[in-house]
Amino acid sequence: MSVQKLKYILQIADNALIMGHRLSEWCGHGPILEQDIALTNIALDHLGQARSLYQYAAEQFNELPRAEQEKVFTSPALQAIIAGGQPIDEDDMAYLRDGWDFYNVLLVEQANKDWAYTAARSLYYDTFNYHFYTGLQNSNDETLAAIAEKSLKEVTYHMRWSSEWVIRLGDGTAESHKRMQEAASYLWQYTGELCTMVETDKAMYKAGTGVNLDELKTKWATAIGKVLDEATLAQPEEGWMQQGGKEGRHTEHLGYILAEMQYMQRTYPNMEW
Amino acid sequence: MTVHSFEENFEEKLEKDIAIEPRDWMPDTYRKTLIRQISQHAHSEIVGMLPEGNWITRAPSLRRKAVLLAKVQDEAGHGLYLYSAAETLGISRDELYDQLHSGKAKYSSIFNYPTLTWADMGAIGWLVDGAAIMNQVPLCRTSYGPYARAMVRVCKEESFHQRQGFEIMLTLSKGTAVQKKMAQDALNRWWWPSIMMFGPPDDNSPHTEQSMHWKIKRFTNDELRQKFIDVTVEQAKILGLSVPDADLKWNEARGHYDYGKIDWDEFWNVVKGNGPCNKERLETRRKAWEGGEWVREAAAAYSEKRKQRSRQEAA
Repeated sequence: MSVQKLKYILQIADNALIMGHRLSEWCGHGPILEQDIALTNIALDHLGQARSLYQYAAEQFNELPRAEQEKVFTSPALQAIIAGGQPIDEDDMAYLRDGWDFYNVLLVEQANKDWAYTAARSLYYDTFNYHFYTGLQNSNDETLAAIAEKSLKEVTYHMRWSSEWVIRLGDGTAESHKRMQEAASYLWQYTGELCTMVETDKAMYKAGTGVNLDELKTKWATAIGKVLDEATLAQPEEGWMQQGGKEGRHTEHLGYILAEMQYMQRTYPNMEW
Repeated sequence: MTVHSFEENFEEKLEKDIAIEPRDWMPDTYRKTLIRQISQHAHSEIVGMLPEGNWITRAPSLRRKAVLLAKVQDEAGHGLYLYSAAETLGISRDELYDQLHSGKAKYSSIFNYPTLTWADMGAIGWLVDGAAIMNQVPLCRTSYGPYARAMVRVCKEESFHQRQGFEIMLTLSKGTAVQKKMAQDALNRWWWPSIMMFGPPDDNSPHTEQSMHWKIKRFTNDELRQKFIDVTVEQAKILGLSVPDADLKWNEARGHYDYGKIDWDEFWNVVKGNGPCNKERLETRRKAWEGGEWVREAAAAYSEKRKQRSRQEAA
């Protein structure tokens, strides 16, 4: 067990949690009742994946020697649990880590804004996730391989849902086309990070646990190109790509997400809910 | 058949507890009453998503978050069955939404109260869903077939909601002092609005008599309210919480709890739109609907394009 592997699990878990959080914000506010239900279903899938992964991450963390545990996360709330000699659990992982210890990609924390932004964000992420989980099924880590296999069925549906919406909006009315193009172009700057290998990715790929993201780049771009094409949307211009989420440097959005999400656990520590 | 015999046939079905189906003849007023009641119920599900939806992003554990999300999603599903049941009476979903958004149609007043703490998720499940079940179980035998069948599905899920609400309250009441305070505070705020959910007292309920005759309604408001109070007071004892009614007392002779005076002024004011959240809830629903218009138009336009393309290909 290594801290590197823990961070790798957290990358995947944090993506799922934050994506699920954003999608869950639509619950009760969707444009079509049936879609409200569909999107909440997807949010629940992400949350379920996050929980499996956090449970595994907590297990891994609890096996670390005490001296190492103290160095991994800085939040005083987590430090207090470690100092008390207690094991941590899925909720501690989600609710007590500080922003710089979250490793999700910047894309998933971007705001819902409207249905077009939500669809574009989902398309970019779901397509990545589909290929990522496909690769992760071959991980030498049995737990990760099993989670990947189980999640892949869900992720396949997510990708279908978001592809269909991007196509529907892109090839719908003049207004929806304009909005869809704007969303697809705006969020493009956050897609470069998806397939960029940071230190954790490289180490885990080398160890046979992680996925080779370099190989995913072409698959992802081809799949996205096809959807944009069918949606009659222009391929966004290549430009500067934002980076940092996988190393704990986030956009301003994450702070607000965590302030809301972590409020109960932070305000009322050490209680059962 | 003459109109007279249509009516006789309808009455005979009611008499024999044979369900009335969409294609059967029914009096206009029966149809209107059902549209009003079913759509009110559907709107209540949809508006009811909002006070609980408030806490999805703030749920205190991942398990609670998942259960709450699933619960609010169930409510959307109930809305869907009920709108579909209403549509069988010859009104479209868009018309029903218009009635909600214009303020013409009502929804359950309970959702015009705010959710201020996490304990409100417990209180809503326990009290509001508990009251809803009391109201709704008899509707599984209501005379209109599509409504009755929708209610069978709704009731199954509601009883799960009620249990999870009670379980939240139980966890809080076994917890720390601040958690107990949260639970008591929630009970204090939700108790009276919950018992008002059964509607005005029987001597002031304009629709009751006719609805009972049509077997749309099977019990009166006061009967159901009493049943709810009798059951719920016992549950509050298990939680170690006190019901905020100084006049609450077991009446041996009646075999029921006596309860204090309900503030019907408050009830009618909330019905009229003066509750703490009436304007906000309606505004939120309107915003979701209006903000989604371009999405619905795009979906319709795309579907039309596809149809045309497949026609062209076939030609």
